[in-house]
Amino acid sequence: MATTEHGAAAHDDHDHKPHGFWNRWLTTTNHKDIGTLYLVFSCIMFFIGGSFAMLIRLELFKPGLQFLDPALFNTMTTMHALVMIFGAIMPAFVGLANWMIPMQIGAPDMALPRMNNFSFWILPFAFTLLLSTLFVPGGGPAGGWTMYPPLVLQTGSALPLMIFAIHLMGASSILGAINVIVTIMNMRAPGMTLLRMPLFVWTWLITAYLLIAAMPVLAGAVTMLLTDHFFGTSFFNAAGGGDPVMFQHIFWFFGHPEVYIMILPAFGIVSEIIPTFSGKPLFGYDAMVYATASIAFLSFIVWAHHMFTVGMPLSSELFFMLSTMLIAIPTGVKVFNWATTMWRGSVSFEPPMLWALAFLFMFSIGGFSGLMLAIAPADFQYQDTYFVVAHFHYVLVTGAIFAIMGAVYYWLPKWTGHMYNMSLAKWHFWLSTIFVNVLFFPQHFLGLAGMPRRVPDYAVQFTDWNMVSSIGGFGFGLSQFLFPYLIWQCAHGGAKATSKVWDTSIGLEWELPSPAPYHSWVEAPSMATIEHGVASH
Amino acid sequence: MAETHAPADSTRYYLPHGSPWPILGSVALFCLMFGAVSYLNEWAGGWALIPGALLLSTMFFCWFGTVIGENQHGIYNDQVDRSFRLGMIWFIFSEVMFFAAFFGALFYARNFSVPWEGGEGVKVLNKLLLWKNFNPAWPTNGPAHIGGRADGTFEVIPAFSLPAVNTIILLTSGLTVTLAHHALRATHRGALTFWLACTFLLGFSFVGLQAHEYGEAYREMGLRLSTGIYGSTFFMLTGFHGLHVTIGAIMLTIIWFRVLRGHFTPNKHFAFEAVAWYWHFVDVVWLGLFIFVYWI
Repeated sequence: MATTEHGAAAHDDHDHKPHGFWNRWLTTTNHKDIGTLYLVFSCIMFFIGGSFAMLIRLELFKPGLQFLDPALFNTMTTMHALVMIFGAIMPAFVGLANWMIPMQIGAPDMALPRMNNFSFWILPFAFTLLLSTLFVPGGGPAGGWTMYPPLVLQTGSALPLMIFAIHLMGASSILGAINVIVTIMNMRAPGMTLLRMPLFVWTWLITAYLLIAAMPVLAGAVTMLLTDHFFGTSFFNAAGGGDPVMFQHIFWFFGHPEVYIMILPAFGIVSEIIPTFSGKPLFGYDAMVYATASIAFLSFIVWAHHMFTVGMPLSSELFFMLSTMLIAIPTGVKVFNWATTMWRGSVSFEPPMLWALAFLFMFSIGGFSGLMLAIAPADFQYQDTYFVVAHFHYVLVTGAIFAIMGAVYYWLPKWTGHMYNMSLAKWHFWLSTIFVNVLFFPQHFLGLAGMPRRVPDYAVQFTDWNMVSSIGGFGFGLSQFLFPYLIWQCAHGGAKATSKVWDTSIGLEWELPSPAPYHSWVEAPSMATIEHGVASH
Repeated sequence: MAETHAPADSTRYYLPHGSPWPILGSVALFCLMFGAVSYLNEWAGGWALIPGALLLSTMFFCWFGTVIGENQHGIYNDQVDRSFRLGMIWFIFSEVMFFAAFFGALFYARNFSVPWEGGEGVKVLNKLLLWKNFNPAWPTNGPAHIGGRADGTFEVIPAFSLPAVNTIILLTSGLTVTLAHHALRATHRGALTFWLACTFLLGFSFVGLQAHEYGEAYREMGLRLSTGIYGSTFFMLTGFHGLHVTIGAIMLTIIWFRVLRGHFTPNKHFAFEAVAWYWHFVDVVWLGLFIFVYWI
């Protein structure tokens, strides 16, 4: 197998793709192939996690117990969260990082290609462990993805399966994050200075630091659950001097940075798409970088806003309320900068831009409901209601998932060398956007009216909005089938894409031909190429 | 393995060929985890852990073997060397955060949960209603006296006994590994071999003494993993640390064998440095343990 490019021509299309399934996919060290593996895996998990959500909405269509017994319902909510967070959103961002970071910084590949393969291939095994819990005695984990003791310690044989699956996912994320940091710090082409890097690279660099700092803490927390259950430790047992609330502190010390792990790369994607389709450089590039870093820093000192009702001292309530509200400042900087980028630009509405714009509006809705939840006394009312469910789905579905969709529609022609079916892509966008609001907006009303989350049955006065929400859910779920179909179609043909793809695309990746060569920048791009590529900032 | 033949030229990128070791590693981790699950769920005995552990050791042996071989062929340029360094630094940082979770549990228990269970501040009802006779002094195994001897009591290991000796051992090993590093840079191979051997022998004696201490704690002092929050934090912190010392000492031993084989030059010896960093990290964690677990 050829290994090293002597790089006579940077744009040399003749690559050294290994042949055969084993060599191409199982032992690969190529950032594009590994990126594809991540994205395909994430798509499969998106549909598995989505099918769990469909079952949840099916049960909640009407009051009373129709289809799922309560234990299975709770398993569905738990597994839906774990699969979507660790299986769909995070791997999708890592896949995009794999594909795009080397191309955007002028590198031939990731810095540690073999470890890159390892971080991907851990995942299918981790999810085999996690999904197998559905078939073990005692049923799957049903205590919620946050795994609060003592409830979670009642899990049957699924408990160690879930815990070790989380260990493996954590190991995969940490290895992936190390690779991203090393690649960005060590593989940038000469001339690609830090403050010239595209925002997607910047946000991923900061995300990688968050991952390295947060994932080991989760590993520690679930290890304590394991020893409390099997080896008689008392971490979360008040009788032995521990405290169940201690788990919540450790968990959310991981959990809140985790929220930003799932949104910062989305910020990066939107910061790439909006300038391209506004025909203008990103407004306030430096401010965007510093805002991202501020959000990342703040994410480590806000965790207990998830726990306002557990009985913390008043001083903690105040501290975590105020620190949480501070996050609105750098986030506001970002939203205003995106809006200002479009100001007096020649905005065009290709599919990636539609997703980015939808992100802008609907992520802001999720951000504002987040501010409401940050107010401790108000949160006493909202805690554990559907308002919270509506809030984090606006942030994660219309935030993270919409940005991922936008990214795929933005870079797909660069990956495949073909344009995709524009009208089908617009159908996908409009169906998703309409149905996602039908799905989640009524949940605000349900929550404010007092409907608790994680219940298979509810009082009759909540029926109407639950029916609306379920119809939205089924519509959103069905519309997603357009997505893999469209990608399949694009991979197998279509109009030839130019290297620029979009008229005004900005960034180093567009200096490479479409499809991009197997090893991206065999030779570092010249200074002129870099300057042309990053003319945006 | 296809032979790689890139020049160690810093103007060229190094791209490794495909490798079967990562996928073997994933299978190994899966077997190991599934073995652990089977053992914990009593689906199988402790032997269930063996296949995964064997596969994982094989994977490490082969993967590192490949990397060492490529390194000895002079394939790696300075850029690859920098990648390895950065990778190791951030890996160690992730380990620091893993220990932080357990230190966090210790601080939370000592400063919050135990005083609250004793009725401190607004939690006064705990004292009045729940646990009237609980004295919330550290060390404790909680208001219900979980674990410990038959009467619920236990003793703790005094800091200035074996733990102090272990502190001296580990700090000395930090010194000897630095002396070995200086010897390596000055091409004094004899001194390098000697000081490196001292380092891992000190490391293994630390583990031996720690095991002895555990034996006493379990047999005589009523101090076990199940001895309330003190036993939990004590054994999880010192246990994970001991595991890391063991791994570090094994890595030092492997480096020692590589030295005997004539590996490493005064300028290029990343593997040596990586293991030395790891060793210092283990050292620093121990200082934290000695102060916060044993001493105060």
